[in-house]
Amino acid sequence: MTLTLDSHIPDGPLEDKWDNYKFDLKLVAPNNRRKFEVIVVGTGLAGAAAAATLGEMGYNVKVFTYHDSPRRAHSIAAQGGINSAKNYRNDGDSVFRLFYDTIKGGDYRSREANVYRLAQVSLNIIDQCAAQGVPFAREYGGLLDNRSFGGAQVARTFYARGQTGQQLLLGAYQALARQIHLGTVTLHNRTEMLDVVVKDGRAVGITTRDLLTGELEAHSGHAVMLCTGGYGNVYYLSTNAMACNATAIWRAHRKGAAFANPCYTQIHPTCIPPADETQSKLTLMSESLRNDGRIWVPTGHEDERRAVDIPEDERDYYLERKYPSFGNLVPRDVASRNAKTVVDEGRGVGPLHNGVFLDFADAIQRHGRDTIEERYGNLFDMYERITGENPYQTPMRIYPATHYTMGGLWVDYNLQTSIPGLFALGECNFSDHGANRLGASALMQGLSDGYFVGPSTVAGYLANWLGTDAVPTDDKAFTESLDQTGGRVDQLMSVNGTSSVDHYHRELGKIVWDYCGMSRNAAGLQKALTEIPALREQFWADVRVPGRADGVNQSLENALRVADFMELAELKVRDALHREESCGGHFREESQTEEGEAKRDDENFSYVAAWEWGGEDIQRDAVLNKEPLEFERVELTQRSYK
Amino acid sequence: MSKVLELTLEVWRQDGPGTKGAFETYTVEIPDDASFLEMLDKVNENLFQAGQEPITFDHDCREGICGSCGVMIDGQAHGPQKGTATCQLHMRQFSDGQTIRVEPWRAAGFPIIKDLMVNRAAFDRIVESGGYITVTTGAAPDANEIPVPKDAADSAMDAAACIGCGACVAACPNSAANLFTAAKMQHLNQLPQGQAERWRRSESMVETMEEFFGSCTNHGECQEACPKEITIDFIAMMNRDYLRSKLVNRRRLGERKIG
Repeated sequence: MTLTLDSHIPDGPLEDKWDNYKFDLKLVAPNNRRKFEVIVVGTGLAGAAAAATLGEMGYNVKVFTYHDSPRRAHSIAAQGGINSAKNYRNDGDSVFRLFYDTIKGGDYRSREANVYRLAQVSLNIIDQCAAQGVPFAREYGGLLDNRSFGGAQVARTFYARGQTGQQLLLGAYQALARQIHLGTVTLHNRTEMLDVVVKDGRAVGITTRDLLTGELEAHSGHAVMLCTGGYGNVYYLSTNAMACNATAIWRAHRKGAAFANPCYTQIHPTCIPPADETQSKLTLMSESLRNDGRIWVPTGHEDERRAVDIPEDERDYYLERKYPSFGNLVPRDVASRNAKTVVDEGRGVGPLHNGVFLDFADAIQRHGRDTIEERYGNLFDMYERITGENPYQTPMRIYPATHYTMGGLWVDYNLQTSIPGLFALGECNFSDHGANRLGASALMQGLSDGYFVGPSTVAGYLANWLGTDAVPTDDKAFTESLDQTGGRVDQLMSVNGTSSVDHYHRELGKIVWDYCGMSRNAAGLQKALTEIPALREQFWADVRVPGRADGVNQSLENALRVADFMELAELKVRDALHREESCGGHFREESQTEEGEAKRDDENFSYVAAWEWGGEDIQRDAVLNKEPLEFERVELTQRSYK
Repeated sequence: MSKVLELTLEVWRQDGPGTKGAFETYTVEIPDDASFLEMLDKVNENLFQAGQEPITFDHDCREGICGSCGVMIDGQAHGPQKGTATCQLHMRQFSDGQTIRVEPWRAAGFPIIKDLMVNRAAFDRIVESGGYITVTTGAAPDANEIPVPKDAADSAMDAAACIGCGACVAACPNSAANLFTAAKMQHLNQLPQGQAERWRRSESMVETMEEFFGSCTNHGECQEACPKEITIDFIAMMNRDYLRSKLVNRRRLGERKIG
């Protein structure tokens, strides 16, 4: 172990930690802020919010996105809503309850202090967004509406039709646009970060590629904030956007940032199953559908009949059967795993037998078609556009798909990684969701980190460097990074083999999905650990990237991303193999109760696994560091949904 | 069950902004449950196998919300299905043996970058000129201290549904960006929170729009092409606000001079 993982959790009672800490943090005076350059990578909720806020405070900010516009980041696709402990419903919600639900939902694998702060800040987020003009749903009296979401027993979710993510991102993007107009923030669009530059052990800048000209550029700053999202596309098929990738965090990992809990992945139960081999991504159908739909499969195997032709006594409503009290509303991980079980048994539905039915016939009979249309009309329309089937007449087909990654760069209470000066905000860090994320909490975390936490804590770091200039980009640290990055580009362009980048990405996805997906066991993970390095070797020997490097080249962009996914996949599987317990989204078949439910092992695994880069042979060289998790305020219990 | 379509495509290929482009013809076989972009993926896979360079096109979420994608399909922005972005358009909307012409957005305000990819940065410039409410992080009052009548909130949401794809400009015979600008502006102008900056915003956004795009002559093609079916009523509201902003802002200018 060479790293010292100090989480910098402040002393004092849980309720006072953040306030006390903010008082103790060093400040940068308003007239000094313009002397600091801060680099923000990514313009989703965390990145746009952080860049806008730092600009407002008076820092010189450079913000980077590979999209044509900051507004296109994948936060935009979130449907359901955002949690906040406002207790506007008077139904017993509180900061402590949101904190408690999040810790428990994460299966006791997150830090108390970080999660409590998240619940506290959730109050400010809604205020901020409402003032920006985010068009949240409202009551006739003009006040904000709420709904209950993802099995929560209080109504604490704020929403904007089915596009809460887009509306929150537009709020942050517009705040960012104002700063760009005022000149405090410089926007570098269609620019992808390919390396972190580290000098004397701290982050001093980044290396980027201009996606229009292909030019590699060095950018220097006093601090670097990564807000680059999750790594769900390691599975190839996921609900992530096509360009979502892990290159920024993986390159940071290679430069010394610890990577925490890479095996924690959330598989969302209600997605549309793939139709054929050409499928490029999966589409999520909102979880709210499970409020009225009944999930079932035929009792017989390889049943080719249409749903309407299968009589009632040949249907298995397996969630209602196994979990009589929660029924179809069991948490995401339980619903997902059970769907996999019945499909693996050969009882899947649809032309490829790769889904389960989500049936609204009873709900339509009970409430009438109009009510169902009012509740889910837009989702039913979307389903019909994609599948060509009408869910009012025939049940939907759904199957789980990768949706969110709880793991990410290890960060302390400041959201600083193990490289000083390098911060990680939003989905790309590991900090708040433990082993499983609750619905409507991703947007909350992105904005908490971006608007409120990151901009406060980065000042504590910057204050140490007052009076120093950012490291000039002709420094050796920058030129070396440029050379290495250029070398990587040249190497990919020169392989000139036979197969496409997509081919390799698809193959990688299959391995990771089969052996490190919804359910994992030692033999499968071992197998993946032999297949992944072999595939990686083949990739570097056989991939062909058409076109040139000195202009727009989407194949090259993708090749650079897939190359990093190959390495990350190996660490992810390595982590899954070492964690011989089941927790949240990580289900080890060896560790289950007699009823087949996930069984945690708090005695041996109540820690954060923070992996340190050790060398190219990842399974041999990666170094495991453990940050023990200590719980002062919550009692650890085994989840049960029977 | 899906069936396989055999299609002929005429796709605009152009190497860069300064070079001359041309239509190239390709054939492709594709299951009809694939999306339009998955069909283009297949064409690209074929081009790759033949040792040629794939077609460049913008795309990302493939769920119809990020606004990255969008091409002219047989002269229609986002193709034949109403209220549907290109990524959500599926091949069952086409028939076996059909010839489909695929072009980039055609508008002076959206210069071509490569093949089907265009530069829509002008949209960002319009938003930067005033498409926001000034509220510094931390300065907001409690969210329920600003009641918003439900009708205003719903109508603001209708406008805010814009995904910034640019189909409205591409569909317009004048390459006007009035529907986009109106949607961005009226989202904010209808809300109580947006009143303080309403007249400054209205004047500034319209005038920035006019630096890049043509003028609106009420063809209404934009609302037909809009994947979010945003109504041109918002353009009427924008015109009213712009006219009034000229009077209000001038009066304010005078007040400043005198006072």
